[in-house]
Amino acid sequence: MTVTALGAAVRRKEDHRFITGKGQYTDDINRPGQAQAYFLRSPHAHATLKKIDIAKAKAMPGVVAIYTGEDVAADKVGGLICGWMIHSKDGTPMRAGPHPILAQGKVRYVGDHVAVVIAETLSQAKDAAEAIVVDYGVLPANADTSKAQKAPEVHSEAPNNTVYDWHIGDKAATEAAFKAAKHVTTLEIVNNRLVPNAMEPRAAVGEYDAGNDALTLYTTSQNPHVARLVLSAFIGIAPEHKLRVIAPDVGGGFGSKIFIYAEETVCVWAARKCGRPVKWTADRTEEFLCVAHGRDHVTHAELATDAEGKITGLRVKTIANMGAYLSTFASSVPTYLYATLLSGQYAIPNIYAEVDAVYTNTAPVDAYRGAGRPEATFVVERLVEAAAREIGMDPAAFRRRNFVTKFPHQTPVIMMYDCGDYKASLVKAMEMADVKGFGKRRREAAKRGKLRGLGYSTYIEACGIAPSQAVGSLGAGVGLWESAEVRVNPVGTVEVLTGSHSHGQGHETTFAQLVSSRLGISIDNVSIVHGDTDKVQFGMGTYGSRSGAVGMSAISKALDKIEAKAKKVASHVLEAAEADIDFKDGKFTVKGTDKSVDFGTVALNAYIAHKFNPQELEPGLKEGSFYDPTNFTFPAGCHICEIEVDQETGVATIAKWTAVDDFGNVINPMIVEGQVHGGIAQGVGQALLEGAIYNKDGQLVTASFMDYAMPRAHDLPSFDVGMTVTPCPSNPLGIKGCGEAGAIAAPAAVINALTDALGTEEVPMPATPQALWTVIQKQSRAAIAAE
Amino acid sequence: MYPFKYQKAATVRGAVSLLGKAEDPKLLAGGHTLIPTMKQRLASPKTLIDLSGAGLSGIEQKGRNIVIGAMTTHAEVAASAIVQQAIPALARLAAHIGDPHVRHRGTIGGSVANNDPAADYPAALMALGATVHTSKRKIPAEEFFAGMFATALDEDEVITKIAFPVPAKAAYVKFPNPASRYAIVGVFVAKKGSQVKVAVTGAGSGGVFRHTAMEEALAKRFNPKSLEGVATPAADLNGDIHASADYRAHLVGVIAKRAVAAAIA
Ligand SMILES: Cc1cc2nc3c(=O)[nH]c(=O)nc-3n(C[C@H](O)[C@H](O)[C@H](O)COP(=O)(O)OP(=O)(O)OC[C@H]3O[C@@H](n4cnc5c(N)ncnc54)[C@H](O)[C@@H]3O)c2cc1C
Repeated sequence: MTVTALGAAVRRKEDHRFITGKGQYTDDINRPGQAQAYFLRSPHAHATLKKIDIAKAKAMPGVVAIYTGEDVAADKVGGLICGWMIHSKDGTPMRAGPHPILAQGKVRYVGDHVAVVIAETLSQAKDAAEAIVVDYGVLPANADTSKAQKAPEVHSEAPNNTVYDWHIGDKAATEAAFKAAKHVTTLEIVNNRLVPNAMEPRAAVGEYDAGNDALTLYTTSQNPHVARLVLSAFIGIAPEHKLRVIAPDVGGGFGSKIFIYAEETVCVWAARKCGRPVKWTADRTEEFLCVAHGRDHVTHAELATDAEGKITGLRVKTIANMGAYLSTFASSVPTYLYATLLSGQYAIPNIYAEVDAVYTNTAPVDAYRGAGRPEATFVVERLVEAAAREIGMDPAAFRRRNFVTKFPHQTPVIMMYDCGDYKASLVKAMEMADVKGFGKRRREAAKRGKLRGLGYSTYIEACGIAPSQAVGSLGAGVGLWESAEVRVNPVGTVEVLTGSHSHGQGHETTFAQLVSSRLGISIDNVSIVHGDTDKVQFGMGTYGSRSGAVGMSAISKALDKIEAKAKKVASHVLEAAEADIDFKDGKFTVKGTDKSVDFGTVALNAYIAHKFNPQELEPGLKEGSFYDPTNFTFPAGCHICEIEVDQETGVATIAKWTAVDDFGNVINPMIVEGQVHGGIAQGVGQALLEGAIYNKDGQLVTASFMDYAMPRAHDLPSFDVGMTVTPCPSNPLGIKGCGEAGAIAAPAAVINALTDALGTEEVPMPATPQALWTVIQKQSRAAIAAE
Repeated sequence: MYPFKYQKAATVRGAVSLLGKAEDPKLLAGGHTLIPTMKQRLASPKTLIDLSGAGLSGIEQKGRNIVIGAMTTHAEVAASAIVQQAIPALARLAAHIGDPHVRHRGTIGGSVANNDPAADYPAALMALGATVHTSKRKIPAEEFFAGMFATALDEDEVITKIAFPVPAKAAYVKFPNPASRYAIVGVFVAKKGSQVKVAVTGAGSGGVFRHTAMEEALAKRFNPKSLEGVATPAADLNGDIHASADYRAHLVGVIAKRAVAAAIA
């Protein structure tokens, strides 16, 4: 039997299923008697709901039921929650408005849920929705982050539309550092709003089993147990043992499927109420309007340096757009997932950050691939690059002067970096990118009328969230451990039940590799079970690059227990003392003899239990574990982007991309490289192409792929990906995580390359051809004026 | 989508007769504009008349013209040896419409009938001086396009084929919208004898238009340099989130130069 080692680049086991169209996604699930839900959504960004007349619609053909916010209130269905409490500077808790699953009294963004129509067919549901008469009292709206605090009130609970004004760091010390600084670099930064656009739109099927008074929800979730917990404990749909949540194959999440949304809640609530399974699948427009968006920060950022080019302080003031309601983890993203990373890879003695979270009349904003860390990296890496240029230092040399070199390193903003070698990844990336030859390439480009620039991003992220005690002390409503159960079958095959959830990450392969390498069995004899609360013990799900570092650590712990018990069984089979049993390459051997037995035989003996006394040893071979990490993990690395701008048109073309990442130990380099590629594509998307734009009335202008530009293969170069390794000391496998790195690193690398090419720090994201052309025009006007 | 009746025409005449008889009819070609608008409930014809069986696809050389059937897909035009040989610019234009799905469904007749102000083919028809053949007449391209999404077609008229005179030199350069890949600006230049035509798509508020100032400059000397200083007034151009009218006006100049350079290369 072939063992697949850790570090082997084996092909993904799950891909055969996906590529041959045999995946089972939520929309593939159809239950007997199922009816279709369609949501009537607000066409207005801000309005009072004066009257909703459903009488005519109810009488339309095929209509099963129509529910509005009144029905939700009558049934005492709880509102959606935000599970992370943030306190303002003055110690007061954040001011969150209610978030009902169907609007009550007011709608607050275009797409807000006004009513649900459940009918025999989707067409009939849509027809009936058109017959609902809603009397809206249209109110002035605001979508603009920077204007939110002076805009019309979105929730009466939040004066000045401010959910919290939070801060972190030592204000006085930081001010002193700035006073004493030789040089201060200042940047105004807008981190553009993004629409996640997972390939599979969100979907749900709710079903009620009257015989058992139990509910099942099939849904596109990255964390079915968390969904069940919230639906039970907070929204009050059903007690946990009467609610089964199944997240089958899920086609990408990027964070957007962590959250518990109105639609799936309505489906499962309505299923009991109308006595029919209720299905809803978002169309792409609904996905654009109503999925939780990402980013959307406006930041004033400053960096203080001394005469030697040492960073002495960093100060930011950020306004973070929360949208019209607080989504499930929205409050944590611009605070503990953002400002705690503002030290970057640098030893910065003084940091102070202020963050105001604001309501606007837009879709809720929450975690999206990187969640806070791309925003932090963008601030730090833009500042560092600009500061180096301003003080006349080479940006790489400036970084090296300021890198953290001793570990563990305590930053002024909570994080304790456990290990890393930032110089190693920078040096390796510079070699791979042939930075030395850049001057020549730039001159050659100039001959072709192209402005060529080079930009670095030496990023750091905090992954593997997270130590439960630590996040608890910061306001998290949950613990962030992970669970695993390893079931060895009598024939020696293995099922792993994991609380992690795979929605593109390849867990069915990497987790199997771990089992294979530990037990000496083929990965084909391992199956990974996930995504069903009735099958799998409580788990926390997949996000924040945590499934390797936390999820696999739990499996590893369970495997320790399996090994320990299997040794006991083997000692009986081999009639030797337990202490004399060695386990290696799938074989139990008696030390110093040639007596051995393979893993399969031991598994069988564990179940037939003929060879041992059940008083001394329980039959069976199945172990579980819960693993709570001791620290975050800190993947870091260096990305270098080389870009060319066509002066005539403003089109930017990425000429070269080098990524050197330190993810600690790597289980499957092919999968890791794929994650890096996808992440960079998303980061380049943010930097050059993507931007959700609301107009002044709060209408989403970029509500389809006709106007919202997703990155295509055509927009990307072939990536040059390398690695350095400092094994993570905080978990048994030495893994740091790789899922978000590309998206975190890339935007700063692109914009740093563009600002280098254009010779100005004022380059907006996304740097579309029009935006760059405008920058070029401004510069040439300035040049003419200067003559 | 609202319910509708589906009918398949076996001949052009059959299609015309159905257009006359059927309730609220619409012709269906590749469906790549029509079906999405129906799905979004923005269009709700009661009857769809499918042209796919009406014998309207095919490409042939007829004397000095390349004649392309209305139901010929973009992929067929792009891959056609006849088109590649006679008017390579047209083959290349077709090869850059949308994506492979779109190119294998979308048709030249549907594109021209739809007259999307950002579509590519209208520029080719205008610059090459093509003639649109219909079930009842022949319409020169100049008279066919009548402003955004508007054409000279009558309600009961079916495009059957399009005849393109073969130019001496021609090129099409498109500056694509980063999201949709339709043209933000597309310029088709063609030279035949002493006559030069420059057609611009994507930019004009009234759809495709001929750039006469450029044509005059190029008629004197067919070289990109001739376009230096030839203005494109922004007043008549579109502006949107992707490109303001000023930016479009600038791009028309840049893209036209590149098209001329490609035509003489
Ligand atoms: C994702 C996407 C990307 C695209 N990108 C581009 C692009 O980059 N450039 C570009 O130019 N186009 C683009 N298109 C448009 C596409 O190429 C088709 O040309 C267009 O959809 C119309 O052709 P069709 O055959 O699909 O027509 P249909 O959608 O079937 O019909 C369109 C209209 O024309 C009418 N019609 C069709 N045939 C005839 C006929 N023979 N006589 C009279 N009336 C007729 C129909 O009744 C209908 O009103 C894109 C489309 C999509 C969906």
